[in-house]
Amino acid sequence: MGQIAGLRPVAALDQDAGTSMGARGMLELRGLTRRFGATVAVDHVDLAVPPGQMVGIIGRSGAGKSTLLRMINRLQEPSDGRILSGGRDVTALQGRALRGWRRDCAMVFQQFNLVQRLDVLTNVLIGRIAWQRGWRAAMVLVGARFTAEERAMALAALDRFGLADTALQRAETLSGGQQQRVALCRALLQEPRLVLADEPIASLDPRNAQLVMDALRDVNRKDGLTVLVNLHHLDTAREYCDRIVAMQAGKIVFDGTSAALTPERVRAVYGISEQEFAAEAEARLRAAEPAPAPLAVA
Amino acid sequence: METEGSLAFWMYRLDSWAWLLFETANMAALATLMGAGAALLLAFPAARNLGAGRVVNPAVRRLLEAMRTVPEIVFALIFVWAFGVGPLAGVLAIALHTAGACGKLFAESIENTGLGAWAGVRSAGGSWMQACRFAILPQVAPSLLSYALLRFEINLRSASVIGFVGAGGIGEELYKVISFNYYEEISAILLLIILAVCAIDLLSERLRHRVIGAMQ
Ligand SMILES: Nc1ncnc2c1ncn2[C@@H]1O[C@H](COP(=O)(O)OP(=O)(O)O)[C@@H](O)[C@H]1O
Ligand SMILES: [Mg+2]
Repeated sequence: MGQIAGLRPVAALDQDAGTSMGARGMLELRGLTRRFGATVAVDHVDLAVPPGQMVGIIGRSGAGKSTLLRMINRLQEPSDGRILSGGRDVTALQGRALRGWRRDCAMVFQQFNLVQRLDVLTNVLIGRIAWQRGWRAAMVLVGARFTAEERAMALAALDRFGLADTALQRAETLSGGQQQRVALCRALLQEPRLVLADEPIASLDPRNAQLVMDALRDVNRKDGLTVLVNLHHLDTAREYCDRIVAMQAGKIVFDGTSAALTPERVRAVYGISEQEFAAEAEARLRAAEPAPAPLAVA
Repeated sequence: METEGSLAFWMYRLDSWAWLLFETANMAALATLMGAGAALLLAFPAARNLGAGRVVNPAVRRLLEAMRTVPEIVFALIFVWAFGVGPLAGVLAIALHTAGACGKLFAESIENTGLGAWAGVRSAGGSWMQACRFAILPQVAPSLLSYALLRFEINLRSASVIGFVGAGGIGEELYKVISFNYYEEISAILLLIILAVCAIDLLSERLRHRVIGAMQ
């Protein structure tokens, strides 16, 4: 697990989305803003992420990292600004097109968000539900009847992360590290282009954290998926990510390679040392997470 | 033949009463099935935490309220007038009331479920219905089943009296013997109803505990 030297070769950066986007496309945020009453959780964020990049997003408690990722998946509606992907205005999508977008950008959550009382295999197969249409969708809705190919796909994904044995167990019987890898399998079954991971290792012990981060890197390198991952350990971000984006009070205050994020830079950006930063993040994560807001009907 | 005062004399029409009791139990079972089925469909839009919309959510909640506020006997009178005398009217009346009562309980059960899995399914591109089916239903199924079985016990009692207005079951017979002041028959039928209700209560209670035990 050596340090990544620099940015991997990526498609040419073009600020004018909509003209030269390839089939896989670049993710672009323009002036993305989200307000909660008086608080501005995300404040005019501009960000372009070329395909295949692994981006670490860091920041102190309440910096707006979660809100940013949730807006990209449209779990949370932006107050202002636009999200563009491959020339498409994601912010304008509704109904089936919106669900198609969500399928394209899989989310991984800090609390795994599996269906605890369902078996592992079905949890993974949930990644397929946005692919089904008409009669097949009805069969799945009524009887959870997925096809043999889909089940084989799910088993292959579980096998890839050493979880094939647990396929028929209930999700609630698995350890946190296993559940997070199941969640990643579910994400992979979506056949996404983008993986958005919101503090995926914050609830895990160091060994499981490493397994999950390795899995994310594997997905990024072998499957070529773009990965955006919120992290609270700067060391983890430096070790795994091509590029680090630091947020503070809803704004991006640093954007560069991991090598460029030196301890001096951290102090300049956050006004505290790396150790203080890590301790603060640790303390916050032990406190309860805010309850997710209800979602509108898509 | 049997002498007056013997058990056989008292229960001289046991065969037809037993059949009526069986019909009553069937009415209760069918009404519970229909009512709980409707409640299951209505509980998701009625739950406050699933974002069913500012029009749909209150509308469904009011509908459920109306269904459980109107007494079964009133529904039964309406259905007897509409469909004629017979068990169909009784079944529909009890089913409607059950949908309202169970719908409220089911919705409360849903509201007490965590939304983690819901966000997981929605973030994967699942539709609202798919999220209900995959994220919520598996988590609430045991408590919903338990509520439905409890409702079956209640409905058995309702089905026994709903015949008073001509809506089928043993109640019709009871009403008849009461109006003719046939005291032996009244006591015999009441005893049979009490026995049947007790027996089914016991069975249902066992079943409920087994269902909850097996699903946890
Ligand atoms: N659903 C919400 N309702 C109200 N305020 C919220 C909500 N979600 C986040 N916030 C606020 O927005 C800010 C950013 O939160 P968040 O995106 O969770 O930050 P981070 O993930 O970086 O800790 C915080 O001040 C938080 O209190
Ligand atoms: Mg967060």
